[in-house]
Amino acid sequence: MSNVPDGLKYTEKHEWVKVEGDLIRIGITDYAQSELTDVVYVELPSVGDDITPDVEMGIVESVKSTSDVFSPIAGEVVEINGDLEDTPELINEDCYAKGWIAIIKPADIGDVEKLLSPERYKELLD
Amino acid sequence: MREQSDCIQELERSERSRYRQARHDEPLIMELADICVNEPITIKLPEHLARKDRLNIPSLSESEVVRHYTVLSQMNFGVDSGFYPLGSCTMKYNLKVSEEIANMAKASMLHPDQPEGMIQGTLQVMHELQEMLCEIGGMDAVTLQPAAGAHGEFTGMLITKAYHKKRNDDQRTEVIMPDSAHGTNPASAAMAGYDVITIPSNNGMVDLEALESALSEKTAAFMLTNPNTLGIFETDAVKIASMVHDAGALMYYDGANFNAIMGKTSPGKMGFDIVHFNLHKTFGTPHGGGGPGAGPVGVVQKLTDFLPVPVIKKDGNSFKLDHDIPDTIGKVQGYYGNWAVILRAYTFIILHGGNGLKQISERAVLNANYLMKKVEATMDIPYPGLKKHEFVASASCMKDRGVRALHIGKRLLDFGFHSPTVYFPMLVEEALMIEPTENASKATLDAYADALTSACVEDPELLAGAPYNTSVRQISEKEAAKNLILSYKMMNVK
Repeated sequence: MSNVPDGLKYTEKHEWVKVEGDLIRIGITDYAQSELTDVVYVELPSVGDDITPDVEMGIVESVKSTSDVFSPIAGEVVEINGDLEDTPELINEDCYAKGWIAIIKPADIGDVEKLLSPERYKELLD
Repeated sequence: MREQSDCIQELERSERSRYRQARHDEPLIMELADICVNEPITIKLPEHLARKDRLNIPSLSESEVVRHYTVLSQMNFGVDSGFYPLGSCTMKYNLKVSEEIANMAKASMLHPDQPEGMIQGTLQVMHELQEMLCEIGGMDAVTLQPAAGAHGEFTGMLITKAYHKKRNDDQRTEVIMPDSAHGTNPASAAMAGYDVITIPSNNGMVDLEALESALSEKTAAFMLTNPNTLGIFETDAVKIASMVHDAGALMYYDGANFNAIMGKTSPGKMGFDIVHFNLHKTFGTPHGGGGPGAGPVGVVQKLTDFLPVPVIKKDGNSFKLDHDIPDTIGKVQGYYGNWAVILRAYTFIILHGGNGLKQISERAVLNANYLMKKVEATMDIPYPGLKKHEFVASASCMKDRGVRALHIGKRLLDFGFHSPTVYFPMLVEEALMIEPTENASKATLDAYADALTSACVEDPELLAGAPYNTSVRQISEKEAAKNLILSYKMMNVK
């Protein structure tokens, strides 16, 4: 079964969101990485990019398919995980920690509350 | 040194199927001979131009060279060695008579700069193939220039652009396609500078409501393959065409699945304006290994002024290359297209004739449906009902056991069958897309269904390690995507 840690928020497009003070850290879920299988390439956003909800902000490519990474909420990219450029497999190995994709400064941190709880996300997977 | 028990286990795994591919330890041709040709240079050359290193060409007899390449070919898998039901690729048998004709000196020793008067026969063949493709596709004119299906799509998109521009209809910036489209469709539209709008399918077919709401004064074209990538015939094609035309846009037909409809219907009858044909699929020219292919494009009357130059025209009893087309999109290929492929396809069509082509489509559709019926017992078929030339099965019911579509595809190689297309179309989970073509006999289809059935119930661990009986064992998909080496250098990579 897919690992859905408590304490995170989730999206219907299989991304996780972790609140860190007034910033959020995002990545793709365990379910997403297991569906994609071996990740071979990640196209990251750039620091400073303005991002809009449900608009593509990056790409994760596996041996099986290519999948867009969508922005969960509006904001600005303040940091990206440069390690993924050389070691995209971090997404398979450790999607909730070393495989994070970007840190975002949300336009409104309150938007995070609208995302799915772990329980709701688990229901979605079922 | 491996443990003996490992070897025994491996032997047991490979014993479950009868197929064996050759495994030669063949050196590179450069390593075959110690002595390399190093003729003394007799021409007086300036010092700085004369070669100082040894010329690295092995000195081998003809028989040694033939044996070397024969040995390599025994380690290969192709349409001449086994069943190759790669969905959407139409891997049909390549007629040997087409090879023979394309290799005749009259065809193979031509130079593209020869004057028209010397190549009347060549131009006649090209012109006649254009005419035949017009009839098969229900189009008014055809260019033979594009070198592949995707190149045909790109040519079609350039024609679309030129057409709207000519009408001062410049605000059309979008090309619409369903989510079942071949990946080349969005790529070709994007390369031509269009924004790609993907609409979801409804029950495996174009969702008319989604199409209606996506169409606007910004729509330049709608791209569709019919039958679609699920092997389903889009019965609303005529209605779709009228909706698209009412919005002022063009209809583009992706001809990858043409093998299902020859002589039964045509893109022209369905209301399409632009069509590409894949000669290397439908008309049995060599396919794979990177080509060359050919992707001629057909258009309806209102688009003929935009075709690439030169256009081959018949002038009384002679043929000429017409460069004087004021609205042409220009050239899309050096010279006139892949002549050797064009000649092979011409031979294929002449040999089969109209009724023969129709029978090919009937047989291809019958084979696909017969095989689907047999596969249904073991695998899910997500969109039930009759299909055309191909069908998509899903391995999702085996996911709980840790078995993936990829594993089954690889295991089939152990039985002497090429893998189907896997993980496409993306609207089917764990997709296996199977296209038997008209070439498969009932015995082949039965043997394939049996192999698929037995692979599905095998031990997941065994499946994950497949293939066992091939010359090259399982390769790393990950390394193949990240670090692709397609030359003799691959032998040095562990």
